[in-house]
Amino acid sequence: MIEGALWRKWVFYNIPLILFVFVLLFPFYWMIITTFRPDGELYKPWNATSYQPFWTNNPTLEHIKYLFEETSFARWMFNTMFIALASTLISLFCGVLAGYALARLNFPWAGSLGTVIFVTYLVPQTLLFIPLAQIIRNFELGDTPWSLILTYPTFLIPFCTWLMMGYFKAIPKELEECARIDGASRWKAMIYIIIPVAVPGILSSGIIAFTLSWNEFIYALVFLSSPDQKTVPVGVTSELIRGDVFFWGPLMAGALLGSIPVAIVYSFFVEHYVSGLTGSVKG
Amino acid sequence: MAEVTVRKLNKKFDLTHVVKDVDLQIHDKEFVVFVGPSGCGKTTTLRMIAGLEAVTSGEILIDNTIVNEVPPMDRDIAMVFQNYALYPHMSVAGNMAFGLKMRKFEKAEIEKRIKRAADILGIGELLHRKPRQLSGGQRQRVALGRAIVRDPKVFLFDEPLSNLDAKLRVQMRVELKKLHERLAVTSIYVTHDQVEAMTLGDRVVVMKDGWVQQVGEPLELYNTPANRFVAGFIGSPAMNFADVTLSGGDGKLWAEAPGLKIGLPAPIAQRVNGRNGAKATMGIRPEDLHIAGPADPGELCFDVEVEVVEQLGSEILLDTRAGNSTFVASVEPTLRTKVHDRLKLAINPNRLHLFDAQTEAVI
Repeated sequence: MIEGALWRKWVFYNIPLILFVFVLLFPFYWMIITTFRPDGELYKPWNATSYQPFWTNNPTLEHIKYLFEETSFARWMFNTMFIALASTLISLFCGVLAGYALARLNFPWAGSLGTVIFVTYLVPQTLLFIPLAQIIRNFELGDTPWSLILTYPTFLIPFCTWLMMGYFKAIPKELEECARIDGASRWKAMIYIIIPVAVPGILSSGIIAFTLSWNEFIYALVFLSSPDQKTVPVGVTSELIRGDVFFWGPLMAGALLGSIPVAIVYSFFVEHYVSGLTGSVKG
Repeated sequence: MAEVTVRKLNKKFDLTHVVKDVDLQIHDKEFVVFVGPSGCGKTTTLRMIAGLEAVTSGEILIDNTIVNEVPPMDRDIAMVFQNYALYPHMSVAGNMAFGLKMRKFEKAEIEKRIKRAADILGIGELLHRKPRQLSGGQRQRVALGRAIVRDPKVFLFDEPLSNLDAKLRVQMRVELKKLHERLAVTSIYVTHDQVEAMTLGDRVVVMKDGWVQQVGEPLELYNTPANRFVAGFIGSPAMNFADVTLSGGDGKLWAEAPGLKIGLPAPIAQRVNGRNGAKATMGIRPEDLHIAGPADPGELCFDVEVEVVEQLGSEILLDTRAGNSTFVASVEPTLRTKVHDRLKLAINPNRLHLFDAQTEAVI
């Protein structure tokens, strides 16, 4: 906290905080207000009389209804959820094992291998989607959820591996040595001691991986084509922007509903998440 | 019960040779302490005995069986770590039960053993707490309890008291000693603290740079150190050293340095014979110096100037200087003296040590 006179507290603490909160929350507010605003108000010119950009007196659910009745939004939600969960689980499984191996097993080239994995994470998706599209076509996976479930781990596994490697390194190795003296094999020491201790780290990388695949756009845009296979980010933008016509109400409703699962996941695990990122393992 | 034997043990990490030709026989029920400055190889030796570190060459035997290739879980040892290494997600009871569960003990037997260990250590009311809810001393006890319940052949301790504050350390030291009396299990204890080594060990192994310098009972190390390193490492305040030149004449051998000329007592003189003119290091412990009185022969006395007076209550430590050598003397608390006073100190001739200037071995 800032000590001293009241004006200092306002100038250096309260006002910046308020500005920051405003900048962060205003888009959400705009999203919500647009979702519930009738079309008549939405497309009113800014200089019209009784123009109220920040409030509506006639809230409506017509955009949400439109979303569910005229588009496959429910289907998109299901697709996104299924793809995000499956790719997160695959990436976590591989990331935890690989992270453990890189952090703990002293095999030759462990250090360089870790770097190589990290470098693959740095290759931009906008470069990778072209060769990946070829591969997807060769395996005849195009326009199926598997085209994403199997390609998302290409950037999620390096990410999870690095996060978990850092987390495992922060766990005192004596814990594991003690378990091994206590009668556990390396495998059992990992299952009974190291993984339970690493749960905050696993949750953090799981949440981030889930969010990354939930929001992913370019692979989903390239690999999926039929409306029923799409994910929320792609479905909303491809079905609700036709030419230069933006269906702002349903667009914002879709964005709002699409962000709710992520918000729930974050708020549910926030405590674990924070301790995971700050790596607080105490003996 | 168990004997531990180490033969020609070596450990190399890439190019660094950290443990060199260690030979050691640890008897059944013996409490042996490895002591030395950091980086002397004591912890690595312990970790090799535990099976946590591969052996480069040599043999480790527990109960006359070579265990070089035996994984830690099958060596029937228990280890207490410096940072306690308690499993943070398990309760105290869970921590103690883990080793027994891994070895598929009956539930009733596990509970019985936990109760017994908790009674011995006085941690009965902590059994349901998590490690983070415990103080440092309590964690240390739980770590000990986890070792005790296993009823192992050998206890290994890796600087277990280093993370405790000074007062608690003294208290736990006494408890460890009592515990060893009671359980009578072969124990190997690593520390860098020579006081812990002296008070706990039946025998002490002094190590430096990977070599064993001397193995012996605490007083043996104190009274007859094998070399200058052991002499300086064991004992607090440390032994005084002065670089001297040996000289003969008028039927007597002398150790000479600027401002200092000490007549060597007959037993040492015999051993030194023939080294006339050689360089050596003279060692004398602070308590073997006293203020010279009329009874002290002149050849054992030398003049010093007081540089610092340390009042400890039970004794006074005088930091003094004679020529370019400094001496700490432990004297009676009744002595009245101050800085820059000139005094005459006398040496107890039977307690004089002489070390070779090159090899540093005792002469």
